[in-house]
Amino acid sequence: ADIISTVEFNYTGDLLATGDKGGRVVIFQREQETKSRPLCRGEYNVYSTFQSHEPEFDYLKSLEIEEKINKIRWLPQQNAAHFLLSTNDKTIKLWKISERDKRAEGYNLKDEDGRLREPFRVTELRVPTLKPMDLMVEASPRRTFANAHTYHINSISVNSDYATYLSADDLRINLWHLEVTNRSFNIVDIKPANMEELTEVITAAEFHPHHCNVFVYSSSKGTIRLCDMRSSALCDQHSKFFEEPEDPSSRSFFSEIISSISDVKFSHSGRYMMTRDYLSVKVWDLNMENRPVETYQVHEYLRSKLCSLYENDCIFDKFECCWNGSDSTIMTGSYNNFFRTFERNSHRDTTLEASRESSKPRAILKPRKVCTTGKRKKDEITVDSLDFNKKILHTAWHPMENIIAVAATNNLYLFQEKVN
Amino acid sequence: MFVRGLKRKCFDGEEDIEGTLAGIKAIPSYNLQRQSLLDMSLVKLQLCHMLVEPNLCRSVLIANTVRQIQEEMTQDGTWQMINTQSTGQASLDRLVSTDILCRSSRDQAEGKHVPAYGTFNKDFESDQAQDSSETMSAASSVQAPRNLQSSVWEMENPQENKGNFQKSLDQIFETLENKSPNAVEDLFSEVDNSYYDLDTMLTGMMSSTKMGHCDSLESFSSPTNTASNSNCKSDLNDLDHIVEILVES
Repeated sequence: ADIISTVEFNYTGDLLATGDKGGRVVIFQREQETKSRPLCRGEYNVYSTFQSHEPEFDYLKSLEIEEKINKIRWLPQQNAAHFLLSTNDKTIKLWKISERDKRAEGYNLKDEDGRLREPFRVTELRVPTLKPMDLMVEASPRRTFANAHTYHINSISVNSDYATYLSADDLRINLWHLEVTNRSFNIVDIKPANMEELTEVITAAEFHPHHCNVFVYSSSKGTIRLCDMRSSALCDQHSKFFEEPEDPSSRSFFSEIISSISDVKFSHSGRYMMTRDYLSVKVWDLNMENRPVETYQVHEYLRSKLCSLYENDCIFDKFECCWNGSDSTIMTGSYNNFFRTFERNSHRDTTLEASRESSKPRAILKPRKVCTTGKRKKDEITVDSLDFNKKILHTAWHPMENIIAVAATNNLYLFQEKVN
Repeated sequence: MFVRGLKRKCFDGEEDIEGTLAGIKAIPSYNLQRQSLLDMSLVKLQLCHMLVEPNLCRSVLIANTVRQIQEEMTQDGTWQMINTQSTGQASLDRLVSTDILCRSSRDQAEGKHVPAYGTFNKDFESDQAQDSSETMSAASSVQAPRNLQSSVWEMENPQENKGNFQKSLDQIFETLENKSPNAVEDLFSEVDNSYYDLDTMLTGMMSSTKMGHCDSLESFSSPTNTASNSNCKSDLNDLDHIVEILVES
């Protein structure tokens, strides 16, 4: 199994898609609860697996283009088939996943094995009948959106109009129509005329869940810009600029790096947005630009270790974050296969671990604690014994229920709320 | 705790052992630590993946960190000591231009199929050695650096770093977009054209075994350091692939 690079539930939560470093997409489907086993909540089983992207070679620059899937985004379901967008560093693809559980028998013009029949052998006409067959799930690429990004694509976001979507790389954001592959519109361009003057890049972008003219993008300097596509064709001028003033007492050489935003997500309500930087998660009210309304420390104990984390490159890890369906709880990952949830109303936070040892099927997860003081209590883990190779970068929350998907390197964990 | 087996060279916040010593000693300690952070950052900027395009966000963040350190060192006066003499400044410029030329010819030796970014995949140590030797020879003709030679030898690292850093930054960001045709021509203008003759390369390929590809190409070039050798090999695997396609068609 390859390293999982993205996890995403679809709009109903029945399907869960994962993308990996090898360019494969694996889709899980929730089993329907049956009457015979009412207590057995729906499990997720593999529904479809396909190779989305292949490694490519850019002959002009003599560089490899990785097949790693950076993001998957589902389209809302409009017919029996399911559609999703998957992207690597350079190319976005629209995939159609459809089921086939019947096949036609009794053709007039061809035999059962597919060979064409001689016309004179056809003595009578019959209507082909549909016979059931084993369920087959087929994935077929319907569109390929290529050659629009010079830099590495970090985000894709489907618009609420369900007809357009945006793709963002380090310096530019493009707007696409799902039906049109040979043209895209550039809506943000922060590339300086002289590349030597480059000091800031785009790190994530997302469309507003309800207003199809609004999107946000975050930067490596810890700022978020909200843009309105009605104001101009090229949204280099932002409509709103979100930035928290820096605390001068905690300034260090690493301040900028840890302020770099790795993920930005609108709340389902559309009123708030959440940003993830290296040490914290911040919730912003779209109506207030000068500071976030809530800040949650994910792993503050790492602040004194920043130099080591810079040395081993962990400081550049890009953690994602997600909302639950009702926007009451947020979740993000950490190291040592820990992930954290924060309840916004009660300010309660929990640290859980996604590992084989601590996750027996149907067993309740035990909350974990990292020891920050000298005295280690039983079951606590010291900061120095944390495994920085085991990082949870990608998590997803079911849109309606309390089911979460956690990607721990090459393993996918699914947890659900225990119902008494 | 650490992912790679790198020696812990730098400080971590308050865990400063030297802080317990006399106050005077604490100041150079901060400078040393800052210097080691600068060195580490420059190494990070120079190291890159051979075949895959480097992460632009990471490069920008590291470059900004280096700038910050540089600015602070300038304010401190650590930078000032070296740059007081204008002649010193001139010699620095001369060093920079010399190094770029050296770098180009090394690239030329490595051949056409070396990725543009490969110019930076050099052992940072060998760069330092190169610059140091140039500094030594240039210093003899300029009064200012020689006076400060002994005490400034450690300080010269920041100076070279500054020169290297500026080049690194410029060149890193340049390679991330397509070079203009003129730049490419300049880069390869002095190279023996027969090296790029596909026939020459192909005959070289065809007459040797697969593993010998490296040898035959290496006979054309003369890699000057081990880093470029390893670059050559992985490049040549791709070269094999490309040549195979050409030969088959």
